[in-house]
This record gives sequence, C-alpha cells and structure tokens, in this order.
Amino acid sequence: MHIKQISVFLENQAGRLHDVMTVLADNNINLRALFLTDSSDFGILRLIVNKPDECLKVLKENQFTVTITEVIAIEVPDHSGGLSGVLKEIYKAELNIEYMYAFVEKHHDNAVLIFRFESAQIAIEKLKDKNLKILSNQSVLTN
Amino acid sequence: MSPDETQSIQSEQLVQLAKKVYDTVPFYQKRMNELGVTPGDIKSIADISKLPFTSKDDMRETYPLGLLAVDQTEIVEVHTSSGTTGKPVVDAYTIDDIDLWSEVMARTLGMGDLTNKDIVQNAFGYGLFTGGLGVHYGARRIGANVLPISGGNTIRQLAILQDFKATALTCTPSYCLYLAEVAEENGIKFSDLNLKVGFFGAEPWSEKMRKEIERKLDLKALDIYGLTEIIGPGVASECLEQDGLHIFEDHFYPEIINPDTLQPVAEGEKGELVITTLTKQGTPILRYRTRDITFFRSGSCACGRTHRRMNRLLGRTDDMLIIRGVNIFPSQIEEVLFNIDHIEPHYQLVVERVNHLDTLEVQVELNEKSFSDEVRKLEEYERKVEKELHTALGIQAKVKLMEPKSIQRSEGKAKRIIDNRQI
Repeated sequence: MHIKQISVFLENQAGRLHDVMTVLADNNINLRALFLTDSSDFGILRLIVNKPDECLKVLKENQFTVTITEVIAIEVPDHSGGLSGVLKEIYKAELNIEYMYAFVEKHHDNAVLIFRFESAQIAIEKLKDKNLKILSNQSVLTN
Repeated sequence: MSPDETQSIQSEQLVQLAKKVYDTVPFYQKRMNELGVTPGDIKSIADISKLPFTSKDDMRETYPLGLLAVDQTEIVEVHTSSGTTGKPVVDAYTIDDIDLWSEVMARTLGMGDLTNKDIVQNAFGYGLFTGGLGVHYGARRIGANVLPISGGNTIRQLAILQDFKATALTCTPSYCLYLAEVAEENGIKFSDLNLKVGFFGAEPWSEKMRKEIERKLDLKALDIYGLTEIIGPGVASECLEQDGLHIFEDHFYPEIINPDTLQPVAEGEKGELVITTLTKQGTPILRYRTRDITFFRSGSCACGRTHRRMNRLLGRTDDMLIIRGVNIFPSQIEEVLFNIDHIEPHYQLVVERVNHLDTLEVQVELNEKSFSDEVRKLEEYERKVEKELHTALGIQAKVKLMEPKSIQRSEGKAKRIIDNRQI
C-alpha cells in the first residue's frame, strides 16, 4: 500500500534544482508532487513521480544522490476538516509523523496527503482499518 | 656589537653545539654520520652548511623527548605546539633555557621601550602554548607589572585594561582587532586608555592590518616572531622603527635557503628561513626548516641595534594554515575525516575573516549510501564531524555537507584550500 517517493540530496548551489528538473523532463518523467526541505547548508528534494523506478535510475546516471523512501498517501475530501480527521486517527494510533505534505487532485475534489512515518509498514498496519482511503502506487501515480 | 664580534661568538657556540648534539642526541649523531660530518669538521659558523637540517616531521618522529640533549631531570618545563594531531612539537626547557627565554623576551619587550614602570596585559594563551608564558617571563625579567589574563573573555579584558591602566598589550593581531570592535560597541575609547605599544604575533598579518590596529587602538603595533620548535616567541622582533624584525642571532642563527636546492639564496633574496639554536640546552635544534618565507634586510637599522633584520613574513613553503593562532595542516583534517563514517575523505577548506576573526568551513562529501532523506540525520553527521575536528585539532570549524563527487578532483595537487582572508 505504501508508495515510492524519490528523495534527492542537493547541496546549496544555484541551479541545482533546475538540473534535477531538466533530467526529469529529458526522460519524460512527470511530477505528481514535490516538496523541498532545506537546512542552511543543503536541501532534500522529495518527489512523487509517475515512474519512480525509472526516475531513480536516470537521476543516479546523472550523478545525483538519490534514494527511494516509502511513504503513505491518503486521500481526503478537499474541504475543511479533511486533514484534521486524518491526523486524529494518526494521533490515536500513536504514530509519529516524520514529515508530510499535500497536493490536490486535478480531476477530483480530493486532496492527497503524503506522510512519512518511521516505518510505512507499521503505519499501514495501524491505519488500515480506520476508514481512511490509503492509496496504492497505481492510483496515485496515474491519476 | 660589530658583525665580526658576533661571528666569532657564533663560531665558538656552533663548535660546542655540534659536539654536544653529536655526543648526546642519537638522532643527530645518526644524521651527521649519514652526511659524513664529525664535530671536528665544524670550526666556524661558516661550516654550518655541513650540518643536517631538522624538519617538523623529524620533530614529530622523535616525539616526545627524542631530541633531548640533557638528562631528563634537568628539564623544568615543557611546551608543545598548538593544536596538532597525536604528535605535537615539543620544546623541553632546562632552567638555563628558561633564563635564555626570559632574556630574549625581555629584549623583545625592550624593543617597544618597555621598562619596570610598564604594565603588560598579556592576552596570549597561558598553557602548553608558548605565547603566554614567554611574554610572562620577559615581562618579569624587565620588572614590568604583568597582567596574566590569558586569551579570550573580551569584556573582562577591556575592564582590566581600563582598571589597571595597562601600557602594553600582547596578543594575536586578529584578536586585538576583535578587542577593538567590542570596545567600540561598549563605548570604550582607546584614546582614553594608557596603551602605548602592542606586541603581536603567532599568525600572519600585514601592513594594512598594522595601520588598522594602530588607528583603532591608538598604539604602536610591533611584529614579533617565534616558534615552539626554537623556543617560542623571542626569536625575532621589530623595534619602534618598524623596519624589519631583529633576529636575536647570538642565540638563534638564521639562514635563508632556496627550499628546492637547499642552498643559501643570494644576499637579499627571499627564501625559507632556517634557524639553529646556538645556546639552548634542553632540546638544541640544528638548522630547523621553518617553512616561513622571508629575506634579510640590508643596511643598518635606525634604532642602532646591530642584529641582522629579516622582513616580516611573506608566506609559507607548505600548506600550513594558521587559524586564530592554531597551526593546521590540511593533511591533519584529512586524517580526521578518513576515520568518520557517512562522509567521503574528499574535502575543501574555506577560510574567511569575519569581524577580524578567522573562520574555517570544511566542506565534505556525503557518502552516497548514507543519504537517508532525513534532514536531522544529515545535520547529525555535520555536528559529528565538527566535534571530531574539535577534539583532534582544537579548532571550531563549520562543516558543510556536499554532494558526492562534487568536490573538485585533480591529478596531483588538489586545490584543497580557498583562503579568502584579506590579511
């Protein structure tokens, strides 16, 4: 049920983000979501793409430091209280969120929340019966 | 003293020195044997070129007391070089050596016309570092009042300067500018203080810095020179003419050589300074290669002193960095990095001078396998490297993680250091 997120290590240097995007564009890889985090020295770029395995391969070929991270995607209706309801279940399940971000679906009135937990397996185990819509790789990436 | 008289004393001292080290220091006996030189071959100071050189590596290899020329019970004090890895350079002093050190440091302070009426605020660090105690002994010898405040604690430095009305200040030139800045922030005017002269050394500085120091601190700034390998401070010093540093050549014999051919350079040409300790007892040193570049100044000094003068240092023949008075070789940093997981031993050093204080940034490459998508973990790696560098080298460096393979590789000599200090 977990999905594959691509994480790229970026040193703090002008043009580095553009370099990544150029590689993706050249290889027809489509972005579904993007989240950039930074410290004072470096950044980590997190991507949800339509072809994660291929994305990993081409970024590595282009000398980027890349890793695949397992995250969980949960779909919620795009109205107020949507996130709150999900967070309540996570809190009750005693799961710690490492980080999260969200994007809005193009063709539906839904938002997709991406969660990173310490272990995606354990999180899915604890959340699967909570009436949450946990998305599969296929549905997130091809929508 | 005339040059002839000086030479005759130096000759006598060198003859004795050659015999002493041959008889008492196995390291030198071996080196002299290798060169086919016996003490009998040394008849005057002109024969000094027959004697072997001593390098920093030699001193490290004989750590801690391999160069001792006296019985260990005669040693009364030991100092070591600042901030080096496992094997620092050692200077072991007999009671006579401390006497000699007091004498040359008294001369140094005398260069700034200090007398027993003066009050010396000594902001060089006290401890194994030679700066603090060297100045202390010199000030004691001339009967001045010494304030042994040691380094750091800037607010307190300023209070003591005001309250005890110090007339002379000793510290590193960069610290002195920092002191000036903090004074300004606190509304303290140096023109209201009693400082008339400052003795600055232990790191490279320039004429430009001197002008700035003199303007901001309202004193005469003198350049002093020394090194742990020889005695500490007290090897050479400027007088109030500020026209080159007088070398105390009756104790420390200077040569200037071409570092490639190891032959003396032509009169007045620049080269590597080499020093022989003519009178030191505990750890006498033959022809120490300082790696410092300078040249002999010609003519006589307006002050009337006849000791030969060298120009203020022009640079080094190796890649040693001096950061806030601590000597660092890039190879030492490499050694530390080599033993840390999660990073590659490729690195680049960026040195800046921010608010008159040197900062060192160590850029290291993240190990590809250690990349984990978590900012916290990567920052932990940075802190770990900073801690290891501090433990091993005593320096505060800022570590910056770089992408693997992003630091320039080059065949042969890699460009490891970017020094942006405008000294």
